[in-house]
Amino acid sequence: MKFENSKPIGNDVDASKVVVDAASASESTAAPPKTVKVTEHIIEIVSDSGEGAQTCGQLFSTVSARMRNGLWTVEIIPAEIEPPARSQAGASGNRIRIGTDPVTNAGDQADLVVAFNEQVLHGRIDVDALRPGTLIFLESCWSEDAQEDVRRAYADAVDRFQQLGFEVCETPMQRECLKLTEDPRRGKNMWALGLLCALYQRDMQIVREEITKRFAKKGDKVLTLNLDLVEAGYRWGLENTKLRFEIPVGPPREAQAVMNGNQAVGLGIMAAGMEMCAMYPITPATSASHYLAADFCKVGGFVHQAEDEIAAIGFSLGASYAGKTAVTITSGPGLALKTEFIGLAVMAEIPLVIVVVQRGGPATGLPTKIEQGDLLASLFAAPGDAPKIVIAPADVEECFHFMITARKLAEQFRGPVIVLSDANLATGQQVFPRPHPREEWLASAPEQSPWQTEVPPYDWEPQTGISARPIPGQKGGEYVVTGLAHDRQSHVAYESAINQQAMQMRSRKLAVLQKSLRPPQVHGAPEGDLLVVGWGSTFGSIQEAVDRVRKSGGKVSSLHLRFLSPLEPGIEDIFQRFNKVMTIEINYSDDLGAPFIDRESRRYSQLAQILRSRTLVDVDCWSRVPGSPLRPGQIESVILQRLGL
Amino acid sequence: MYGLKTDWDAEFHQPVCQLQDYCSAMPRWCPGCGDHSVLTAVQRLARDEQLPPEKTVVVSGIGCASRFPHYMKTYGFHGLHGRALPLACGIKSRRPDLKVFVVTGDGDCCAIGMGHWMHALRYNFDLTVLLLDNSIYGLTKGQTSPTTNRGAVSATHPQGSFFVPLNPISLALGVSNISFVAQTVDWNPLHVDATIRAAHEHQGTSFVRIFQRCPHYTKEVFAQPQRDPSQILFMTHPQGITIDDKAMRIFTNRVEHDPSDLHEAREIAENQDRFPIGLFYRNSSAHIYDIDTRVGLGMSPADKLTALEAALDRFSV
Repeated sequence: MKFENSKPIGNDVDASKVVVDAASASESTAAPPKTVKVTEHIIEIVSDSGEGAQTCGQLFSTVSARMRNGLWTVEIIPAEIEPPARSQAGASGNRIRIGTDPVTNAGDQADLVVAFNEQVLHGRIDVDALRPGTLIFLESCWSEDAQEDVRRAYADAVDRFQQLGFEVCETPMQRECLKLTEDPRRGKNMWALGLLCALYQRDMQIVREEITKRFAKKGDKVLTLNLDLVEAGYRWGLENTKLRFEIPVGPPREAQAVMNGNQAVGLGIMAAGMEMCAMYPITPATSASHYLAADFCKVGGFVHQAEDEIAAIGFSLGASYAGKTAVTITSGPGLALKTEFIGLAVMAEIPLVIVVVQRGGPATGLPTKIEQGDLLASLFAAPGDAPKIVIAPADVEECFHFMITARKLAEQFRGPVIVLSDANLATGQQVFPRPHPREEWLASAPEQSPWQTEVPPYDWEPQTGISARPIPGQKGGEYVVTGLAHDRQSHVAYESAINQQAMQMRSRKLAVLQKSLRPPQVHGAPEGDLLVVGWGSTFGSIQEAVDRVRKSGGKVSSLHLRFLSPLEPGIEDIFQRFNKVMTIEINYSDDLGAPFIDRESRRYSQLAQILRSRTLVDVDCWSRVPGSPLRPGQIESVILQRLGL
Repeated sequence: MYGLKTDWDAEFHQPVCQLQDYCSAMPRWCPGCGDHSVLTAVQRLARDEQLPPEKTVVVSGIGCASRFPHYMKTYGFHGLHGRALPLACGIKSRRPDLKVFVVTGDGDCCAIGMGHWMHALRYNFDLTVLLLDNSIYGLTKGQTSPTTNRGAVSATHPQGSFFVPLNPISLALGVSNISFVAQTVDWNPLHVDATIRAAHEHQGTSFVRIFQRCPHYTKEVFAQPQRDPSQILFMTHPQGITIDDKAMRIFTNRVEHDPSDLHEAREIAENQDRFPIGLFYRNSSAHIYDIDTRVGLGMSPADKLTALEAALDRFSV
C-alpha cells in the first residue's frame, strides 16, 4: 500500500486547530482528532545542551524501530559540552526520519520540530533544516520570563517563525512539568517524548519498557519520575492537540537491531573475535571505544587507553604481531599521527584494523561534524609507497559487518586495513536485520605449532605476494621484524633487486584482492546521461536523489563504492556507458568558474581524483563541506543542473 | 630455569640451549662499542635461564642500540624510532607466556620516545627495559642527545650543547607506580650481568640505564670513571645488586642503600658528583597491568558466541 509523500501535510494544518488552549480542552473532546496517514516524517527535537533532547530522540527512535518503522537519525551536536544557554550555536538534539519503508538517509527539511527555546530554533532555520509549513512545538515559558529581553526575544522569534511560514504551537512544557518536578530543565525531555508519542500514536507499553531499560540503573525515584513525565506529556498531547500522524508499517519481519554506527563498529569488533583495542580519545570516534569498554570484557576483549595516538596504534600492532589481529579506532588528526606506524604495518606485513571515523579537517577542523576528507590520507599518507586496503561502510549495518571483513582481509593479505566511517554514521541510529554471530566470524587462536624452519618469514608466493607469518611462540619461526628494507628472511637488505621485489610483492597483494572482488552494482539503468559515484555515508541520500530525478524522467544512475583501495573491478566499463560521470562527496573541491578556477587550476574532490587517474575518464565532481550530511534535495538539484533539466 | 628445583623436581628445556643458540648474525656495531657487552650479557642470561628462544621477544626502536634484536636468535621486533615501548606493551598485553626485552637508546627513549617511556613505566607491564645510554646520537652521526653533557661539542651544537643533561634515573623515580630502577656501566661485565639478571627476575617493568661507551663520538665521556672507579658510587645492600667481594674491591666509594627507600633513591640519583651504580629502587608489589589486559584470554568460541548474542539482544527490536 502506497501513500502520498508527507510533504504537503504541514501546509494544510492550521496551528490553531492543532493546539487548543488548555482552558477549552473540553471542546477538543467534542471534535475527534484528525489522523493523517504519511509514509514518512522527519522530526527534530532540539534543546540547549544538557536538557536531554538527545535522550528523548534516541528513545523515540528506538520505540519507532520496535514498532517496525524504518529509521535514520542524526545527532545535532554543539561543539562544547555545555555551551551558554539559549544560544543559536548551542542546539543539541536529534533529527529522526521514520517511515513505512527502510530509511536510508536523514532527508531534507523537517516536518515537525519540538524546541525547548526559540534560540536553538534560529540556528536550525539558518541551516535550512525547516520549510514553510513545518509544525513547531515551542516551549512557551519564555513569554513569561522574568527578564524583559528574554520575553522580547521570544515574542520576536514567534513573529519571525510565523512570517517564515512555520506553524508555531506554543506549548507550556515547563508549566506542565512543574506539576511533577521542581527542576523542569531536567524533566522536559521526557514530557516532550510523551507529546511526540501522542502525536505519532506510539505504543505506550513499548515506551514504558524502553524508559525502564534506560533509567532502571538510576534508581526507582528517577525512573518513576521519568515515567510520570512521559505519561503527563502523552496525556497533554491527547487532550490538547487535534492532529495524529499514522505511519503504517508492514507485516512482522525477521528480528531487527537498532544502533548507531559506532556501536555497530564496537559490536563488529567483538563479533570478529578481535580481543585488543588500543585507542586515544578523539571525537567523533571515542564513543565506539566507550561501547567496547563496557562490553568487550564479556567476550574476552580489552580496551587499552594509550597515552597518545601513536602509542595506541603501536600497542595494537604489538598485540597483533604476537597474537590475534587487534584494532585501533581514531579520527583524522589521529590518523595523521599514526601514519608512520601504518607504514610499518605495511612494510612488516602485520595484520591490523584501523577504524577512522572521519570529521571535518584540516587540523582540529570540525570535531563533531561530518566530512569525507580522509580518503586520500588513508590511501597515501605514509613514507614511501605503502599499499594497503581501504574500505568504507555505506550504512550502520555495514559498520558492523565490515569489521569482520576487515579482520579477515588483514589476515589473508597480511597487512593493515583501514575502515573509513564518518561522524554521520558514528552517531546516527539505523534499523537493520539483527546479525546472528557465527563461529567462523571469530578469529582463531594464534598458531603455536612448530614452524618449518626452511620456510622464511616472508615466503612470498611469487605470483601473489601472499605469505604466512610466524607468531612468537612458534618454535623454529624465530625472526626479526624490521621496518628496514628486507629480504624473504627478514634480513636487512639494501640491494636494489631485493627492494624492487619486496615492493612488488607488497603491492601485488592488492591486485590479487582486486581480482577477487565483484564489480559494483549500478543503481538505476546501466546506461544513461549521468552516473553519480559516491562512497561512505552519502549512500542513501544519493540514491534517493537519483530515484527522484529518474521518476521525473532524468537519465541518471548511481554507483556506490565500498572498496577504495583496491578499487572494485569493472568501473571503467560502467563509466563508458554514461555520457557524464561525476562524484558527489563531502570534502572540498573547487567549483569551475570561481575566480582563478579553470580546468587547469581546479582541485577535484578526493574520490574524483582517484577515479580520474584510474580510468582516464574526465570524471567531474560536486562536493561541499557543510559539516552536515548532504540532503537528497541538494543532490537532486545538482543532478538536475548537470543534466540541464 | 633448568636443573633441580627447590622441591627436588627436575625440569629441563629440551634441548639445552648453548650460548650460540642465542647468537644470530655477527653484530655490525663499531669495535669497542658498549653495545657488544650488553648483547653478550643478555645472551648469557638467556643461556643461564634457558629462555626458550621461541618464547623470547626482543623489541627495539631505532638507533645503534636498536639493532640489538638482529643479533639475538629469538623473535625480535625492530620497530620505529622512539616507539619500542608501545610495541612491547602491546606484545605483552595478551601474551603472558612471552619474555619481552626492550632495548633502547638515549635518543630513542629520552627524546622522541619520552612520552611512551614515562607511561610505560607507569603501566608496569612485565618487561625488561635496557637503556643503552652513550649520550650521543650515533646512527645519525653525532648529534646532541638529551643526556649529552652541557658544553659537549656535537654535529648540531658545534659551539657546545646549551642544555643541562636530562637525568633518566630521576625521571624514572618520579613516575608513579615505578617498580624497578637500576644503573650500571658497560665496562664492568660482572655488574652488568648481575643487574640484568635482577631486572629479569623482577615482576614488572625493570628499567636499567647502562652507561655505554661510543668509541666514535663520545670516547671520553665515561673515560674518567672507567679509569678511576672511585668516581663511581657503588650502592650496596643485601636486597640490592650484589657482585662478589673481590670484584667489588675496586669500588672504593660505596653507600648502603635500601632499594625500598624511594626517597633516598631520589637523593642518590640527584647527586651529580659521582656515577651511582646498583639498584635504586624496587617495589615488587607495584600494580602490574598485564593482569588487567589479559582478562578473558582463551575464552572458548562457544562462550564468546553466547556473550555476543546477549550483547546484540540489548540492541534488538
